[in-house]
Amino acid sequence: MLTKRIIACLDVTAGRVVKGVQFQRLRDAGDPAELAAAHSQAGADEVVLLDISATHEKRATLADTVRRTARQLFIPFTVGGGISSLDNAIAVFEAGADKISINSAALADPSLITCIADRFGSQAVIVAIDAKRTNGEARFQAYGSGGRNPTGRDAVAWAREAEERGAGEILLTSMDRDGTGAGFDCDLTRACSEALRIPVIASGGGGNTQSFVDVFERGKADAALAASIFHFGLHRIADLKQELGSAGIPVRWPC
Amino acid sequence: MIVVIDYRAGNLTSVKKALDHLRADAVVTADPEAVAQADKIILPGVGHFSAIAILEQAGLRTAILNRVEQGVPFLGVCVGMQWMFESSTEAPGTHGLGLLSGTCGRFPDSVKSPHVGWNSLICHDGSRLLRGIPSGSFVYFTHSYSSPVVKATVARCEHGGEFAAAVEQGNLFGVQFHPEKSGPIGLKILKNFCCLPC
Repeated sequence: MLTKRIIACLDVTAGRVVKGVQFQRLRDAGDPAELAAAHSQAGADEVVLLDISATHEKRATLADTVRRTARQLFIPFTVGGGISSLDNAIAVFEAGADKISINSAALADPSLITCIADRFGSQAVIVAIDAKRTNGEARFQAYGSGGRNPTGRDAVAWAREAEERGAGEILLTSMDRDGTGAGFDCDLTRACSEALRIPVIASGGGGNTQSFVDVFERGKADAALAASIFHFGLHRIADLKQELGSAGIPVRWPC
Repeated sequence: MIVVIDYRAGNLTSVKKALDHLRADAVVTADPEAVAQADKIILPGVGHFSAIAILEQAGLRTAILNRVEQGVPFLGVCVGMQWMFESSTEAPGTHGLGLLSGTCGRFPDSVKSPHVGWNSLICHDGSRLLRGIPSGSFVYFTHSYSSPVVKATVARCEHGGEFAAAVEQGNLFGVQFHPEKSGPIGLKILKNFCCLPC
């Protein structure tokens, strides 16, 4: 049976993993290569490296970081953040990424999805969508530029378009829940998952084991991504997967 | 020397990296001459069944078939395994390598597609490729089409019905999953292939 994936996300700037609250007061959390390997050992099903560098100078180290991280990683490895052209994508793939994640660049030019999928296959293209509830209702708008710009587009409709254009997976982040640990937005995840044939990765709000159970059962997520909760203790992923298994969620355990 | 076929599409970095990690003597190439000298051949496939046309254009199809005929161990990965069959409903009219008989097909509408993630193997006895790999082992898949369960099948997997996760017949081997992305289990399978007598 196809298992539900637990994906560890590393936020990286200038070659270091950082963690913080809403991108403020970033604290150094370690070396991406070491952390990725440790997460893999602990049972992560995939690793996502997200470049949150604000400046071009810091971003220049990305290929080197990806190369070092990929070297000892034998599980799927996705790289995102600031990829805005086919050339950017090629550089990241050549450095060792298996998949790339694009967000604002796909909103600005949806043909980029098809362009990268034609060259590397749909399985290598994840379209990331940052979505926020409208007036607290179960309607969701997609935001660009790291959540700064409302697009006026319905998040589920945009996900469907991304699928049609060749995306292999959707990484769906609830801006309302991001960083809260209060649980994933199961309404958002379910709406997207039921509207699509491709897998949906839920992100934003992951906290206790029950929040993961909920997003898989009620939210119908195919995978769940979290960042900071996994940095606090590397054994948590192993614990989480065992607890999910006990709760009847199919997971890859033992790894 | 293991020759990893580069057909100028997709991403072969991961396969080469895994072979390097296993200290296997491997080269990534699109040169038919290198294929003619290969001790072993790995054909990773990504994308569409019709991409086999690129092999044809590069003179690789004949080179591969000739070398396989001479008994050299061959491993098809993902679409590379699907190409071992005669055809696929993904590209009607396109001929696979025809090393195994059968037609690849798409997943039923009842399940998510592509089939992405870790799924468990149902292993058959006596496989050299899967030596030491118990049934229930998880490996990483990502594909929208799959191969039928045929006589050469040595591992099955379930997603909206059963499909062939691995095949083996004489010097021919194929895996639908990505051993280079399947953690220690995947590396062991690649090592089993690397350790086969030439």
